[in-house]
Amino acid sequence: MLALTSSTRTAYHRWPASLKLALVSVGVFFLYLIESPVLLLAAVAGVALAYLVVGWRFLVEGVSFLRPLWVFVAIVLVWHLIAGDPVAGVAVALRLVAAVGLANLVTMTTRLDDLTDLVLWLLSPLERLGIRTAPIGYAMALVVRFTPVLFGKAGTLIESWRARSARRPGWQLVMPITVTAIDDAEQVAEALRARGGFDTQP
Amino acid sequence: MERNTVLIALFAALIAVLGLIPKITLGFGVPITAQSLGVMLCGTVLGARRGSLAVLLFLLLVALGLPLLAGGRGGLGLFASPTVGFLVGFPVAAFVAGLIVEKTPRLALLPAAILGAFVGGIGVLYLFGIAGMAITLDKSFPEAALLVSPFIPGDLIKAALAGFVTAALAKARPASVLSRA
Repeated sequence: MLALTSSTRTAYHRWPASLKLALVSVGVFFLYLIESPVLLLAAVAGVALAYLVVGWRFLVEGVSFLRPLWVFVAIVLVWHLIAGDPVAGVAVALRLVAAVGLANLVTMTTRLDDLTDLVLWLLSPLERLGIRTAPIGYAMALVVRFTPVLFGKAGTLIESWRARSARRPGWQLVMPITVTAIDDAEQVAEALRARGGFDTQP
Repeated sequence: MERNTVLIALFAALIAVLGLIPKITLGFGVPITAQSLGVMLCGTVLGARRGSLAVLLFLLLVALGLPLLAGGRGGLGLFASPTVGFLVGFPVAAFVAGLIVEKTPRLALLPAAILGAFVGGIGVLYLFGIAGMAITLDKSFPEAALLVSPFIPGDLIKAALAGFVTAALAKARPASVLSRA
């Protein structure tokens, strides 16, 4: 399965994941404190510049990442236009673009492994409270491995439905897909236990 | 320990798969994915604690940048976008759905699971979702509620479906329906 990390190598890739995450968290927090459209426009320009220093194509890629956002931008703009307060609508839209663009920058420039390590490091204090974090690492790896497997099996179920019926596959497939997930889980759990369980390295 | 963890992981994968399958239409012509159905099932099948953990695991991987959310979306940007409330509400929805199934042992599983999916997967989830939209889009609560209302009929169907699937699983794989184990 492909992660959403950009294939363009950037200087940001070398920044520690923890630093990027902290910067973005603080950035998004402050974006929601700003009300002035001028400042928000400056924020959007700043985020765009952060993409642009890598290159024009990286900016284009970043903009295409914002695709799910445009419908909300449109709704907000139209709404405020009707309400007779277009400036406020523009401010909300700018804030959305800046915040999501900033957060996407972390996703696009950080490898999944680095983020996974960061999560496990952030969770490590739990070990001192007696909560084992090793299963969390295992569980993350299992989801990454089994989502494509389950997706493939769901695809097979859809195909066999199509082979037998002129109607489109529908809700009837939810049950067999769920049974497949459960059966896979029981099998994998047994295999894990047979190999020493979570006391071994993944 | 191993069995619980793997079940939680596979249900996290199930949420992803239900969101990624393109060709399942649940009716009404509104483009609805089965993703929130996956969230409901986590609660009604795995129970409150394990169900919400499965949803949290799913969200964690989405936040880390895996394209597991409906339409192949993922990444931190989603947590700054208008639908953030629904994401935050997902684990709570699964928890409430599971809790209702667990705490109503005298009710048959089918009505209990439908009730759980309805209260958790619609009531609780929309409360969070609407609040998130109200904050990110700078709208009042009723205004934001208006924006999400087209999706409610589809979710009503999903809640009923979650109930039926849970009841069917109790017959097909009784040992795995942990909310009533």
